[in-house]
Amino acid sequence: MNADHHYVLRLGDDALIAAQRLIQWCTRAPALEEDVALANIALDQLGQARALLTMAGELEGRGRDEDALAYERAESEFGNVLLVELANGDFAFSVAKMLFFGAYQNLLYQELSASAEPTLAGIAAKAVKETAYHVEHAALWTVRLGDGTEESHRRMRSAVDEVWPYTHELFTGDEVTEAASIAVRPESLRPAWSELVDEVLTDATLRRPEDGWAPTGGRTGAHTEDFGYLIGELQVLHRAHPGARW
Amino acid sequence: MSETSEWPLWEVFVRAKRGLGHLHAGSLHAADSRMALHHARDLYTRRGEGVSIWVVPAAAVAASSPDERDAFFDPAADKVYRHPAFFQLPKGAEHL
Repeated sequence: MNADHHYVLRLGDDALIAAQRLIQWCTRAPALEEDVALANIALDQLGQARALLTMAGELEGRGRDEDALAYERAESEFGNVLLVELANGDFAFSVAKMLFFGAYQNLLYQELSASAEPTLAGIAAKAVKETAYHVEHAALWTVRLGDGTEESHRRMRSAVDEVWPYTHELFTGDEVTEAASIAVRPESLRPAWSELVDEVLTDATLRRPEDGWAPTGGRTGAHTEDFGYLIGELQVLHRAHPGARW
Repeated sequence: MSETSEWPLWEVFVRAKRGLGHLHAGSLHAADSRMALHHARDLYTRRGEGVSIWVVPAAAVAASSPDERDAFFDPAADKVYRHPAFFQLPKGAEHL
C-alpha cells in the first residue's frame, strides 16, 4: 500500500467534498453578504483540494491528475470523512459542520506546515491562514445563533447535537495514518480541538454533547446515501463531456 | 429575507497599502461590527485590495445635503487665489 498517497488523497477528498457542499449554499444563504462569505470559504477548500489531489496523483505515480482523481473515481473510492458529506440541513447545521471541520483542519494544517515534505508543508502553510478564518466565521455564527433568540438557540443546539457524533471519525487513526510517513496522527489533534470547540460552545451558551454513537466508514469508502447524489452532481459534466474546458 | 432588512447598513473603508488613507469602498448589511468586518473582507478585499478595513454604521455618517450644494461648494469655485499655483514664486525661492 502506498500509504502517503492514500493519506494525501483523503485530505484532498475532505476539502473537495466540503467545498462541494458549501457551494450548494450559493444563492440560498440567509443574506447576500453571507452568500459571498460561504462561496469564498468553498473556494478556499477547492483550492486546497486541487493542490492536495495533484500531490496525491504525483505520489501515486500512475499519471492521474487532480481532474482524474476528482471526476473519474467511483463513490467508494473517496476517502473523505462522513462529516463533510452530510447534507447541508438548515443554516445552523452547516455552521456546526463548518466549525467542527474547520477547527480540525486548522490544527491539522498547523502540524503539516512543519512537515519535512516540502510540497505538503507549503500547501498546509497557506491553508492554515484560510482555515483560521473559516473557524472564526463559523464561531461568530455559532455564538450569534446559540446566544440569540429562543428559536435560533434551539436550532443551533440541535445542529451541534446532530453533527457531534460525526466528529469522532476526524480523530480516528487506521493503517493508513499508521503507515504514512508524512501523516499527523489524528488522535493527537483531539485535545486542542476539544479546547477550542468547548470555548465556542460556552460562548454560545450551548452544552457540549455527550460522546456516544460514533459513525465511521468514510475513510474506507463506505459513504452515506446522500453522498451518491453529491458525487453524481460533481462528476456529471466531466463524465458526459470528458476533458471539457471553458 | 425579512431578517436581513433589519440588519443595519455599514459603510466600508479600505486602505490599499501602508501610507495611504482609508478610502470609501461601498456599503453592506451586517448585524454587528464584527460581522460587518467579515463581510467587508469578503466583499471588498477578495482580490488583495487591502491591508486594513474600517466599518462605520451608516447612521453615524453626517452628510452634506444636495439642497445645500450651492451654499456649500459654489463659493469655492471662483477664488483662484486659494490654489497655490495662483501665486508667483519669489525669485531665488526654489523650495517653497
